[in-house]
Amino acid sequence: MAHEATMPPVAGGHDDHEHHESPVVFGFWVYLMTDCILFGTLFAAFATLRHQYAGGPSGKEIFELGGVALETAILLLSSITFGFGALAAHAQKKGAFLGWLGITFLLGLSFVGLELREFTHMIAEGNGPDRSAFLSAFFTLVATHGLHVSTGLIWILVVMVQSLGGGAGPPRVMSKLTCLSLFWHFLDIVWICVFTFVYLLSVI
Amino acid sequence: MLGKLTFSAIPLDVPILVGTFIGVAVVGAAVLGLVTYYGKWGYLWREWLTSVDHKRLGVMYIILALVMLFRGFADAVMMRTQLALAYNGNPGYLPPHHYDQVFSAHGTIMIFFMAMAFMTGLFNIVVPLQIGARDVAFPFLNSLSFWMTTISAVLINVSLFIGEFAQCGWLAYPPISELKFSPGVGIDYYIWAVQLSGVGTLLTGVNFFTTIIKMRAPGMDLMHMPIFTWTALCASVLIMAAFPVLTVTLGCLSMDRYFGMHFFTNEAGGSVMLYLNMIWCWGHPEVYILVLPAFGVFSEVTSTFSGKPLFGYATMVYATLSITVLSFIVWVHHFFTMGAGPNVNAFFGIMTMIIAVPTGVKIFNWLFTMYKGRIEFHSTMYWTIGFMITFSIGGMTGVMMAMPAADWVLHNSLFLIAHFHNVIIGGVYFGYVAGMNFWFPKVFGFKLNEAWGKRAFYCWFVGFYLAFVPLYIAGFEGMTRRLNHYDNPDWHVQMLIAEVGVLTIACGVVCQLVQIYVSIRDRNLPQNIDYTGDPWNGRTLEWSISSPPPAYNFAVLPDIHGIDSFHTEKEMGRGTHKPLTDIHMPRNTAAGFFVGAFSFVLGFAAVWHIWWMAALGLIGVLLTVILRSNDNDIDYYVPVSEVTRDVEAQSRKLMAQAAE
Amino acid sequence: MKDKILPKMRRLLPVAPAFLLSGCTLDLLEPAGPIGLQQRNIILAEAGVMLCIVIPVIVLTLIYAVKYNAKNKDAEYLPNWSHSTKIEVFIWGIPAIIILILGGISAWSSFALDPYRPLTTDTAGATHAPINVEVVSLDWKWLFIYPDQGIATVNELEFPVGAPINFRITSDAVMTSFFIPRLGSQIYAMAGMQTQLHLMATQPGIFHGEAAQYTGRGFSDMKFLTHAVSDDEFNAWVDKVKASSDTLDAESYKNVSAPQEAAPVQYFAHVQPGLFDDIVAKYNNGVVIDKSTGQTLHVQNAMSDMQMKE
Repeated sequence: MAHEATMPPVAGGHDDHEHHESPVVFGFWVYLMTDCILFGTLFAAFATLRHQYAGGPSGKEIFELGGVALETAILLLSSITFGFGALAAHAQKKGAFLGWLGITFLLGLSFVGLELREFTHMIAEGNGPDRSAFLSAFFTLVATHGLHVSTGLIWILVVMVQSLGGGAGPPRVMSKLTCLSLFWHFLDIVWICVFTFVYLLSVI
Repeated sequence: MLGKLTFSAIPLDVPILVGTFIGVAVVGAAVLGLVTYYGKWGYLWREWLTSVDHKRLGVMYIILALVMLFRGFADAVMMRTQLALAYNGNPGYLPPHHYDQVFSAHGTIMIFFMAMAFMTGLFNIVVPLQIGARDVAFPFLNSLSFWMTTISAVLINVSLFIGEFAQCGWLAYPPISELKFSPGVGIDYYIWAVQLSGVGTLLTGVNFFTTIIKMRAPGMDLMHMPIFTWTALCASVLIMAAFPVLTVTLGCLSMDRYFGMHFFTNEAGGSVMLYLNMIWCWGHPEVYILVLPAFGVFSEVTSTFSGKPLFGYATMVYATLSITVLSFIVWVHHFFTMGAGPNVNAFFGIMTMIIAVPTGVKIFNWLFTMYKGRIEFHSTMYWTIGFMITFSIGGMTGVMMAMPAADWVLHNSLFLIAHFHNVIIGGVYFGYVAGMNFWFPKVFGFKLNEAWGKRAFYCWFVGFYLAFVPLYIAGFEGMTRRLNHYDNPDWHVQMLIAEVGVLTIACGVVCQLVQIYVSIRDRNLPQNIDYTGDPWNGRTLEWSISSPPPAYNFAVLPDIHGIDSFHTEKEMGRGTHKPLTDIHMPRNTAAGFFVGAFSFVLGFAAVWHIWWMAALGLIGVLLTVILRSNDNDIDYYVPVSEVTRDVEAQSRKLMAQAAE
Repeated sequence: MKDKILPKMRRLLPVAPAFLLSGCTLDLLEPAGPIGLQQRNIILAEAGVMLCIVIPVIVLTLIYAVKYNAKNKDAEYLPNWSHSTKIEVFIWGIPAIIILILGGISAWSSFALDPYRPLTTDTAGATHAPINVEVVSLDWKWLFIYPDQGIATVNELEFPVGAPINFRITSDAVMTSFFIPRLGSQIYAMAGMQTQLHLMATQPGIFHGEAAQYTGRGFSDMKFLTHAVSDDEFNAWVDKVKASSDTLDAESYKNVSAPQEAAPVQYFAHVQPGLFDDIVAKYNNGVVIDKSTGQTLHVQNAMSDMQMKE
C-alpha cells in the first residue's frame, strides 16, 4: 500500500535523512486507525439496528456458534503462524518464512470459506441481508471484515511471490512485511470484537 | 451487456444540457488540439500527469478546484435565476427534475471538488515547504489521491450528459435517496463520485499527518510549526477520523440500493435517523476540515503583511486543537427537529456554542496581530479583512441557530442557507483565494496581478452581501430551502435582490479569471518577477528558497530554532552552512493515473450496473497496485553537481537583486 | 486604495437591510402564538448579546486597518510584540462569558419550549380545551386527522384561537418537516415514527404551513393554509367537513396516499378510527407504541396488504 520513496534505503549510505525513521510503518499504522474508525462506525450501526428484526429471526435463532467458534480459532491460529513467519523473516530463513506464510494463507482462506458457507446457508433459509435491518447490519459488518481478510490473502500472496524473486533490498520488503503483519493482527482484533458483540451478545 | 445504460439515457431533449455539452466539447477539443499542435503531450505526461512532486500536484489540485468552482457557480446562477423568475404561477425555466439536480450538484461539487480540492492543493504546495521537507511522506499516494479526486470530479460531470444526477440534496438524506423513491442512477453517481474521492481524501489525510509528524526539519518542534501547518495537521486528523464514517454511511446506503438491504429504508426496521447521525458525524467535522486551513492562511497573511509575529501563537494553536476536538461532539445540531429529548438538545446546543469561544479567540488574535503593525494592503489583506467582518456575522448567525429553541424555526430555512454560505464563502473561499494570491509567486516565480485581484475582492464582497442578506431575511419570512417555485410576494423581492448579488459575484469570478490571464501575460515584467523567492518579506521557511523552488525544495535541510525561524535568520544573519550532498528523490510514476482511470471505469460501470466492466475496473486497480509494489525503480539521486549549480544560480540572482 | 474601500463598506452595510425590509411580513418576528413569541424573543436576545461582541470586532477591525496602514508612519509599530497575558485573558474571557449567558438560555429554552411539552392554561395561557390533530405527510400533501371530531382534511388545518393543539406526526412517504412559521417550532415527520408538537394560536388569522424538508419533485407545492378562528367558526367548519361526501378508510386511503402534485384541499366526513396508528404500525411489523403510556399495542392491521417489502 504505502511505499517508501523519499526515504533513502538504509543500506544506500546516503544518510542525509538520518533524523527520520521510515514513515511507512508509522503511516500504515495511522491508516489502520482510520480503518478502526470504519469498523467502529459499522459496529455503531449494528448496535443501533440489532433489535430491528422486522418479524424475521433474531441472532439467537440463526447463529451457529460452533461454526463461528471454529472460524475464530482458525483466525487466531493464523495470527500465531504469521508471527512465526515474521520471526523467520527476521532470522533471514526464507524457506521457513515461505512455509509459515503459506500456512497462514491456507488458514485465512479456510476462514473466508467458512464465512461464505455460513452466509450462503443463511441466505438459502431466507435470512439474507434484505430480510431485516438487523440482518443488513450483520451481513455488512461481517462481510466487511471478510473483505479485509480477503485483501490480506492477496497481499500475503504478493509478498510471498516478491520474496521468492529476491527483489528490492531487505528494508523495503521488511517494512512491507511489518505493515502486513500489523494488518493481519488488526483483523484478528476486529474479529474478536465481532465475535463478542455480534455473535455472543446476540445469543445470550 | 450495458446494464441499465441505453441510448435514451442521453438527455437530448434538454436544450440547456445539449448546449452545455457542445460548449464543453468545443472547449475540450480546443484544449486537446492546442496541446497536440504544440506537441506538448509528452511533456504533459512526463512532467505533470505522472508527477509525484507535491508542488505540481498542488497546482493541478487548484486547477481542478477552479474548474469545479466554475461548474458549481454556474449551478448557483441557474438556481438564483430560477427563483427570481418562478413566482406567482410562473414555473421558471427549470422544471423540478432539472432544478433538483442542479442544487444537489451545486452542493456536492462545491464541497467535495471545489473546496476540498482547493484545500488539498494548498496543503500540497505549502506544507512540505513550511516544514523544510523535500516531499510528502508518500509521494506516490499523493499522486494517487489526486487522481482519485480528479476522476470523481469527472464522474460527477459525466452525469450531466449520460443519465442524470441525484435529486435529493448534497447529503442524499434517505428515504428519498432509497431505490423506492429515487429509482434512477442519479444517487448512484453521487455515491460513487463521493466514495472514490473519499479514498483520495483519506489517503491525503494519512499522508499529510505522517509528513507533518515525521518529516519536519531538524529542530522544528510542534510548537515551532507555522500556523498553516498546524491547521493542516488538525485538518488531517479530522479527515482521518471523519472520512471513514462517510465511507460507511454511503456504503450502507449503497447496500440498500444495490442489495435491497434495510439500513435506512422506511420498511423492515431501517432507521432514517441513523443516517442523519452518521452523515453529520462526518459532516460537521468536514466543515472544520475546510475552515481550519483557511484560518491558517489568514494567520500567515495577517502576520506577514502586518510585519509582526502572529499575536498569541500558543493561543492560536490551543484554539485550533480545541476546535478539532469539539467538532466531533456537536453533530446533532443539524437535526434538533428530529424530536430528541430536551437533555440531548440542550447538550448539543451548548457544545455547539462552546465552539464559538475558540473561534472568537482566533478573530481576536488576528485583530491584535494587526494592532500596532505596519499593514501592507496587499489583496490578500483585503480578503482577510473582508473575512473578519463577514465571518463575525456568520459566526453570530451560527450561534443563533445553535440554540435548539431558535433552530426549531430556523432549521432548513433560507436563514440556514445564508448562514453556511456566510461561513463557507466568507471563511473558506476568501481564505483559499487569499492563499492562492499569497503563495502563487512561490510556485510560479511571478506575482498575481493586484488590481484585478482587488476588483475580484470587491465584487465578491459586495456580491456576497447582496446575495445572502436577502436570504437571511427570506428565512425570517418563513421561506424554506430547495423550493422550485413560490407565490409569496415578500419572498420575490428577496429573490430579485439575491439575483443581483449572484451576478455581482459572477463579475468577481470573471475578475479572477482575468487576473490569472493578465498575470500570465505580464509574467516577465520586472515588477512581477519574484527574484528573491521572498516577495512579501515572509516569515516562514517556504520563503527561504527560490521561486519556483527546485524539485527537491531544499538544497540543505534548514535547522530550526524557533517560531518564524526564517524571519529571525534574516534579522540575525544566521545561516546553515552544511555541505551539499546528493539528494534522494522519488521518481515519477503513472501508477496513480492508472489506478484512477480504472477506478473511473469501476465507478461508471457500477452506476449503470454493467458488472463485467466493473469487474474489469476492479481487477485493473488491483493489478496496477500489485505491479507498482513490484516496481523497485521508484527513486533516484539528484547529483551534488546539479544541486550546486542550482544553489549558485540562486545566489547570483539574489546578488543581482541586492545590487539593484 | 484602502482609504477608499473602508468608508464604502461602512456606507453599504446599514443601508442594504433597511431597503430590503421595507414592507415585508417577517413571519418569525411577528408570531401568532406563545411558542413562536418566545422563540422570537430568544432569537432577538441572542442577536442582541452576540452583537455586543460582533459590532466591536468589526469596528475594531476597520479602525486598526485604517490606523495601522503602512502609509501611516505616525502610528506606533511594535515589530516583535506578540504576547500579552492581559489581552489573552480578555479574548478568552469575553467570548466565554457570552457563551455562558447564551448556554444558560439554551438549556432553559430546550426544556421550556420542548415541542413534546403540552401547552396548558398555566404555561401558555390556553383558553380552550386542547384539540388533537394527527398529521400524516404524504407525497406531496398533508393529511390532517381530527380523531375526536372523526373528520379529516387534506392541506387545510383549522382550529380555535386559544386552544392548545396536540399534533402527532408521522409520514407515509419520505421524511419531511412539519412547519407553520408564524406559530413556531417545526418537527420531522418520519415513516414508522410518531413525533409530537404542541402549538397554539393566540390571534385569529390565516397562516401558511409548509414542508420544511425537501421531499422530491412535488415539494414546492406541498403546503397548506392554517386557519385560526373563533370557537363558533371552528364548529361551523367541522360541520362543513362532516357534510362532505367523502370518507376515509383503509380502502380510500390508498387513493389519498397516492403521489400527487399540488393537491387540492379535500374534506372527509368520516375517518376510520385508528387509521393513524395503522399507518405508523405498517412500518413496524404491525406494532405501534402508545407514547402516552409507553405500552406496545398490536394493531389489527387493516393495511397488512400494504406491508410489502420493496
